[in-house]
Amino acid sequence: MTRDTSLRARLFDGFLLIALLAIAFLCLLPIWYTLAVSLSEKSAASAGRVWLWPVGFNFNSYEQIMNDGRFFHSFWISIQRVLLGASLTIAITTLMAYPLSRNTREFRLRNVFMWILVFTLLFNGGLIPWYMTVKTLGLYDTIWGLVLGGGVPVFNVILIVNYFRNLPKELDEAALVDGAGPWRMLGAIYVPLAVPVLATVTLFTIVYHWNEFFHGLVLTSGQDHYPLQTFIQQLVVVVDASNMTEDQYKRLNELSNQTLNAAKIFIAMLPVLVVYPLLQRFFIHGITLGSVKE
Amino acid sequence: MRNRSFTKHYYVMLLPGLVWLALISIVPMFGIAIAFEDFNPGRGFFRSEWIGWDNFEYMFDLNDTVQIFGNTVFIAVMKIIANLVVPLVFAIMLNELRFTSMKRWIQTIVYLPHFLSWVILSGILLDIFSYTGPVNELLSIFGAEPILFFARADLFPYIVVGSDVWKEFGFNTIIYLAALTGINPSLYEAASIDGASRLRRIWHVTLPGLRTTIVLLAVLSLGNVLNAGFDQIFNLYNPLLYSSGDIIDTWVYREGLLNMQYGLATAVGLLKSVVSFILIVASYALASKFANYRIF
Repeated sequence: MTRDTSLRARLFDGFLLIALLAIAFLCLLPIWYTLAVSLSEKSAASAGRVWLWPVGFNFNSYEQIMNDGRFFHSFWISIQRVLLGASLTIAITTLMAYPLSRNTREFRLRNVFMWILVFTLLFNGGLIPWYMTVKTLGLYDTIWGLVLGGGVPVFNVILIVNYFRNLPKELDEAALVDGAGPWRMLGAIYVPLAVPVLATVTLFTIVYHWNEFFHGLVLTSGQDHYPLQTFIQQLVVVVDASNMTEDQYKRLNELSNQTLNAAKIFIAMLPVLVVYPLLQRFFIHGITLGSVKE
Repeated sequence: MRNRSFTKHYYVMLLPGLVWLALISIVPMFGIAIAFEDFNPGRGFFRSEWIGWDNFEYMFDLNDTVQIFGNTVFIAVMKIIANLVVPLVFAIMLNELRFTSMKRWIQTIVYLPHFLSWVILSGILLDIFSYTGPVNELLSIFGAEPILFFARADLFPYIVVGSDVWKEFGFNTIIYLAALTGINPSLYEAASIDGASRLRRIWHVTLPGLRTTIVLLAVLSLGNVLNAGFDQIFNLYNPLLYSSGDIIDTWVYREGLLNMQYGLATAVGLLKSVVSFILIVASYALASKFANYRIF
């Protein structure tokens, strides 16, 4: 593109940059605000005096959380869930994606299985039948309910299938001539070449298992089994306002322990804030290549 | 290049995933029979009384039904439109930016909210919009009376749509940005040689280059007309907001799992699934006809 260096063009560039930076800033603002509240004095926070900088800087909220056994119990459940959920999901979806990435000459029923997968994406039995099924399977109150309850992430399978199909066919032929079977083909050729899409799916899966709260709520009998997000949801978000007047609701609002809640929210965000930058460089590449077919 | 001995390995590879799929996704599809039963958990799925369409008749007599379907469609349609337009504008702005290193940073930052959960974000929103929160403090600078946002049913749908756009607009630009890289740079050169200004180049080159993508996204979003976003609304609403904020999914949860109206809740859920299914199939058919779109 020819580069316009007139004053007008440079002003345009300047304004554009400022506008974009302002929007990006707006995306970080709520996170920053939460951190500021969590480090502030209780009274300052509840009086609404905290903006972008902590007022009466202290670590009291974090010290209080350090001694909160239930918080760490839920934290530990979430960690287990992420580790089990991510490793199982990645293994199962990658294994599934390989045969499904063959064409119908190599694997005759490939399209049949593909349509079954897509059908489950388009139609589902709804909440109640799902709940009854998972309960009947004995997954209630177990870590396996949290790990497997969400079902096969079909979207991720399709992403990997499409990525596999975009890899050059010549690799197959060369490997076949060398006598490689399906397992070696997958392990030694496809997986190493599909790092971007596998990293993308890993990021999605970790984030899903860390963030999911609803299964923790309906598939467990109570606080002893809650993952962290459900724990926080019960603590911060749930307000039994069923018989409340507006005034009562207002008072409840003022009573809640803002700084402590903010600290809990911030700790619950931390793993995502850490994992996301590590894996994000892969995922744009992974998504865009995975969503086009050959 | 078919090799018979490979096929059995393919089945072995598929097996774990298929078992998982069958147990969690396919078995519940048979559970929709609960919608036609006077379901009693004690008697179970096979021995509960079969009552035919009674649950559906009752559902259509309920005032709630009209309200939750209305609320759902209202919120979902606003979200669909906003989530198509805002990312489009943002992607074009980003595409015009010449400071490449800045571009990367901005992208990384605006994708971030997508990865945070609605539990977390609702906790933050409830604080920011609380009676003494920053939004009300800001309003008071302009002399406005503080507003109890989460007691105002008239404002709730807009808070829902606004916060959803805030969370997702960055992530939704990805697909536009990918399409933008496919536009031939010589088109821009030709346009500037012809004396086209920056805005005219956006209008005559960028937008036509994105036309297929825009149409495709619009068509595919049809399937979401009954998805107003359970996680978000469930974590933000309270009974004061039911008149504008109660949606199908939250209602099904309360009636089904909390009030144990299993048959009725399954019926409402089934109606939603069937309508969504028809919409999605229609949208895929349209997308494959006009944009040559294939899922796999």
